[in-house]
Amino acid sequence: MLWNALLLALREIRRNLMRASLTVLGIIIGVAAVITMVTLGNGATALITAQVASLGSNLVIVRPGQRMSPGQPAGWAPAFKEEDMQAILEAVHAVREVAGIAQRGSTVAWMTESTFTPIVGSTPSYLEVGNWKIAEGRFFNDSEQRAGRALCVLGDTVKKALFSGSSPIGEKIRTRGVSCEVIGVLAPKGQSAMGQDQDDIVLMPLKAYQRRIAGRRSRQDVGTLLLSVRDGLSTERVVRDVSALMRERRGIAPNENDNFSVFDTRQISDALSSTTRVLTALLGAVAAVSLLVGGIGIMNIMLVSVTERTREIGTRLAIGALEREVLLQFLVEAVALSAFGGLVGIALALVASFGLTSAMGLPFVLDFQIMLLAFAVSAGIGVLFGFVPARRAARLDPIEALRHE
Amino acid sequence: MKETLISLREVTKTYGSGQAAFQALKGVSFDIAEGEFVAVMGPSGSGKSTVMNILGCLDVPTSGEYLFLGEHVELLNRDERALLRRHCLGFVFQGFNLLARTTALENVELPLLYRGLPLAERHAQAKAALALVGLTGWEHHTPAELSGGQQQRVAIARAIVTRPALLLADEPTGNLDSERSAEIMQLLTGLNQEHGITVLMVTHEPDMAAYASRTLRFVDGLIGHDTAYVGAD
Repeated sequence: MLWNALLLALREIRRNLMRASLTVLGIIIGVAAVITMVTLGNGATALITAQVASLGSNLVIVRPGQRMSPGQPAGWAPAFKEEDMQAILEAVHAVREVAGIAQRGSTVAWMTESTFTPIVGSTPSYLEVGNWKIAEGRFFNDSEQRAGRALCVLGDTVKKALFSGSSPIGEKIRTRGVSCEVIGVLAPKGQSAMGQDQDDIVLMPLKAYQRRIAGRRSRQDVGTLLLSVRDGLSTERVVRDVSALMRERRGIAPNENDNFSVFDTRQISDALSSTTRVLTALLGAVAAVSLLVGGIGIMNIMLVSVTERTREIGTRLAIGALEREVLLQFLVEAVALSAFGGLVGIALALVASFGLTSAMGLPFVLDFQIMLLAFAVSAGIGVLFGFVPARRAARLDPIEALRHE
Repeated sequence: MKETLISLREVTKTYGSGQAAFQALKGVSFDIAEGEFVAVMGPSGSGKSTVMNILGCLDVPTSGEYLFLGEHVELLNRDERALLRRHCLGFVFQGFNLLARTTALENVELPLLYRGLPLAERHAQAKAALALVGLTGWEHHTPAELSGGQQQRVAIARAIVTRPALLLADEPTGNLDSERSAEIMQLLTGLNQEHGITVLMVTHEPDMAAYASRTLRFVDGLIGHDTAYVGAD
């Protein structure tokens, strides 16, 4: 009986191909919109995850002050000291290396070129902890750092801004009245998860930064501590241990809140991807509205079709069609239309999301689940919005229907 | 002795209720035997359409009995009556009622589709029925490509393709000129005489009724005249 209904429905769709294609347009657009939105959202999530991973997956970050949460002022918190770095290395065995960084924005210039960029004072361990690679030249070493020599390593963006094509190695750049020799260039990293250009950076030894770049008051201060955790060891454990250590070192009473925060990159990536997931769901929901509109379009056309085909329905009933056979025919017709729309919509979504992700520089992440879901929903819409017209057709009085003009 | 196909006993039909009630049939009784060709005549409002709808199992009598091959049709529900139509009845309408944009062959196949016949059988039987009404070679034409007479032939083929016990024709020549009408009537007569199909035809044209072997004339919801009894005298 179902097979028969399908046969009848397909014949009917074939008879009215033009109208059928216009009817399914709504479903096509709806399904395509939902899948495209979700694919773009997934691409954004994947990109962010990848960018956070570029920070290093075994990274723990320690900053002064609390991350702001609702109803809590940021407040001022003391910076870290260089001794804190040593203390962490000694006390928390799982930490392989500690890099301290401090930074401030400044103008750097070479010949007639200049650019405004963050100047980051750091220890040699930052190269490894920060997951940086050297593209040209070298990084500064421990003795150079301790001596506070005025050396610097440029990010790719700064190198391009100041030196366009030529090699900067050995040249002297000026910043805040300090002349600084370029000894290396970092390999580009691209945008950070927050959308910052990570290559817009100038690195110099922390000692040199403290003496020459930072203001008088923060001479000995280290802004952020970056810890790299030994492979295979839990970063969560390090977060706990370092928190306890820093509370002790900063003399925080047991009933007081931390005046620093410790978090690992997974927490950042979780926070960011949960944001994009919410956005993805939101966009998907908006797109789903168009799917609903498509369903109403199908109902509309099916109702028109029932009225238009009243005599035909009367003929079918007179010939001996059962009520449920007529119901099934119209229902299958609606489902066939919407399911077909769903398939075309999926195809369209693949093309559209492939084009859009490559245009937006996002990775193309296919989600088969959402495609399956969109298809099921479109077929479900056929059932939902096809039922009322189908029942109307099935309940027609054959005598009245045959008399219908 | 031919077997009785249809038996109506004191059948009444009332439309509406209360003051607006209208009694279309006021107690009608008659039998139709297998192989008869009966014409039902009468002015409009005489009840001939109502009796046609009841005989076609599209409607049920308000009171009285309707036996079709011994079965009490007035006791059947909607689905059971649909199955009776599917298996025992064929309909020919004044307005042909063919499916538009559908070929003659597919139109004739339609009742077989509801009977659940496989494709090959459907094709063979539909082709045979079209051949019987003289439309071999026209199988793949849609109604729009056929003349009125040809469309009615397709409709007749659709009605007889299931080999019904009774063929009901409601003003089958109402939309045709006299030449086509005569062709259709000859076709119906041929089906009746050569293939033994029982035919009941509603018409208001005496010329068409003349092809029938028996005429029932309705007047005001009652049978005014039945030529079967004339013949019996």
